[in-house]
Amino acid sequence: MNEKISGAEAMMRALEHEGVEVLFGYPGGAIMPTYDALYDHRDTIHHVLVRHEQGAVHAAQGYARVSGKVGCCIVTSGPGAMNTITGVADAMIDSTPLVVICGQVGAAMLGTDAFQEVDVIGVTQPISKWNYQIRRAEDIAWAVSRAFYIARSGRPGPVVLDFAKNAQTGSVSYSPEDVNFIRSYKPVSIPSDEVVHQAARMINNSVKPFALVGQGVELGNAHTQLKQFLEKAQIPCGTTLLGLSAIPSDHPLNMGMLGMHGNLGPNVMTNQCDLLIAIGMRFDDRVTGNLQTYARQAKVIHFDIDPSEINKNVRADLAVVGDCRQTLAAVTERLDEARHDSWIAGFAPYAEKEAHKVIEPAIHPEQGPLLMGEVVRKVSEASHNKAILVTDVGQNQMFGCRYFKFTEGRSVVTSGGCGTMGFGLPAAIGATFGAPDRTVCMFCGDGGLQMTIQELGTIMEQGSPVKIILLNNNFLGNVRQWQYMFFNKRYSFTPMLNPDYEKICDGYGIPCRTVVERADLDEAIREMLDTDGPFLLQCAVKEEDNVLPMTPPGANVDEMLLEVE
Amino acid sequence: MDYSQAYCECGNCSTCGKCDNKNDKMEKKNEKDTRSELNDAYSVAVPKMSGNGARLTYDGLTLYTMIIYSENFAGILNQITAVFTRRQVNIESLNVCASSTPGVHKYTITCYTTEDMAVMLTKQIEKKIDVLKADYFTDDEIFILEACLLKVNTTMMLENPDVSRIVRMHGARIVEVNPTYSIIEKKGMTEDILQLFERLNELGVVLQFVRSGRIAVTKSKVERLDLYLQERANEK
Repeated sequence: MNEKISGAEAMMRALEHEGVEVLFGYPGGAIMPTYDALYDHRDTIHHVLVRHEQGAVHAAQGYARVSGKVGCCIVTSGPGAMNTITGVADAMIDSTPLVVICGQVGAAMLGTDAFQEVDVIGVTQPISKWNYQIRRAEDIAWAVSRAFYIARSGRPGPVVLDFAKNAQTGSVSYSPEDVNFIRSYKPVSIPSDEVVHQAARMINNSVKPFALVGQGVELGNAHTQLKQFLEKAQIPCGTTLLGLSAIPSDHPLNMGMLGMHGNLGPNVMTNQCDLLIAIGMRFDDRVTGNLQTYARQAKVIHFDIDPSEINKNVRADLAVVGDCRQTLAAVTERLDEARHDSWIAGFAPYAEKEAHKVIEPAIHPEQGPLLMGEVVRKVSEASHNKAILVTDVGQNQMFGCRYFKFTEGRSVVTSGGCGTMGFGLPAAIGATFGAPDRTVCMFCGDGGLQMTIQELGTIMEQGSPVKIILLNNNFLGNVRQWQYMFFNKRYSFTPMLNPDYEKICDGYGIPCRTVVERADLDEAIREMLDTDGPFLLQCAVKEEDNVLPMTPPGANVDEMLLEVE
Repeated sequence: MDYSQAYCECGNCSTCGKCDNKNDKMEKKNEKDTRSELNDAYSVAVPKMSGNGARLTYDGLTLYTMIIYSENFAGILNQITAVFTRRQVNIESLNVCASSTPGVHKYTITCYTTEDMAVMLTKQIEKKIDVLKADYFTDDEIFILEACLLKVNTTMMLENPDVSRIVRMHGARIVEVNPTYSIIEKKGMTEDILQLFERLNELGVVLQFVRSGRIAVTKSKVERLDLYLQERANEK
């Protein structure tokens, strides 16, 4: 018989058993026994004290996205747990592996409206991959192991563990568990040979194939398999927002980003290809535009690990359900080597048109105020396109994702499906822990930064080397752009009075520099990247700049606007 | 019919639930006699049968029966019904009980929807970690049973011979009669039960009406759950 330990201590050992090295959290009443146990595990588990629980969950997301490991955060009951909700929902839609441990009142007090009691299981049920209330210390080893297994396997997602106080204080003889099988949960299917053959046949017979690359490739670590697949049959591809770094930006078959603010070529050619090969993506409405006219001319092959994604938005002629690392390799084996030179050449005129009309004016303006696009491109180039891009949400996100370039995988951390403003700063903190050897550049606007600005305190305390690039236009820029385009230029509550960010940074002891003139930009970026530790670079950018091109919401995917007026 | 015989206070028969007196025999006899009438009644059934005679349709939507199996954990019903809510599909009836496999719960849920939506619903339900299997069926693929209880006013029932006639015609049983109220019980198909209710309700005798959720077993010769569990056991 093992020695008896407290449930809180068992939780620490279970987390160590799962390989947790970093824990983002915030203590409070109902999680205090666990924090007490954590005090004895400070040498193995690095706890990052955030300044708000939303910061903890987004930091855990950032950590998970760049490291591929399960992000873990720990908060108290009631308000603590509720403050993580946005992050849980965000991780669910963006398939980020996460375990959120929140305190809960003792089992005897459940349902009595006890102090700081909230029905966390009820609240998180529709937005988590799995949740479980640990009411007995005996369940800890099993529940933690099951949580991590579910979070990281198959299509990853967030798991919430509601940890009742009596389970934390109760005693248990702990021995680690390794859940790696749940009979009701089949994380990965293996497609039949027939399906693989048919996929290869369809691709071999295609004259104008086009691949849509999503985050599934990053999550499945299938970067090599993707390249081999595309190169063998010379299939051009476009990437989704979250799949941007699944293939290097300068790869000759990478035609750019899909979607509302993506590149012209891949969007237009979606409606010209004869075979659409979707890989680890879910046909989000921001990618497809009007579904009634989306790729109607093409046959569709859908590679995805999640069977419920098949035929959800776009009907697939063939579904290859499985882990794309395996399915891509299996299909590649049966592919004929092919060239689609004239088809691939067809993308060039669109690329040239976009470069001429949109990209060049955005990244190489000669006069006028600073533009977001040029700042992004300059930061990307100064980091030799090797940095991790973290963005907040809005114009900064769209400019960031359009003009930042990537050479390595797992280099994009952005809130895609949920579009969570305030995501950027804490996610960037998490990213510095998940990839300590890489430069982390976080682009945000003046709106999003202020949603989680308290995390500057975390950066100060941890010395997290986050390079914050604040694209300040004194507007909630994306909403303003929509008001300009679709609401008759009525700027309803989008202009914003800003604080003095230099003074704020001064208060937190974070180096800061403001750039107004184009001539100072290069040097300021160099100073930011050369500075050890955190840095905030404030760029006074054009107030009323628009992200282009744009497929208006609900418009056809090939009807992109290159200019607004 | 002599209504005095329908009223039993012996405390020992099935009308009172405790004895085996002649009322029971009378009920059975009536059931036999009215079988042909009962069949005729189907022609006015609500909701209407569609062209192929096997699928119930309503407003262009088909009645699907979802049969779902899950582990016996708390909160799964909530997870399953939330999928219907999100997809804006109304649940028509719902039954939950332990299945023939120990530790496995069975959910029988009906809803009017399209086949595409039925596919999405079952896929999204099956995606829940502790759900073992979720399938959808049309009425031609399953054996179905529903039941109802009607509480009627005894005085009005005794005054109006139509009540007893309708009860007999529908093969329903009177299981309790006392001076205040009587209880009628009916097992069968949705439309038959609804028709019984509507006819009695027209007479103004109904005090309470309740219809059970549908229960169903598949006509298939293959037991999908057993196969799934076997397959998973082998994979382990």
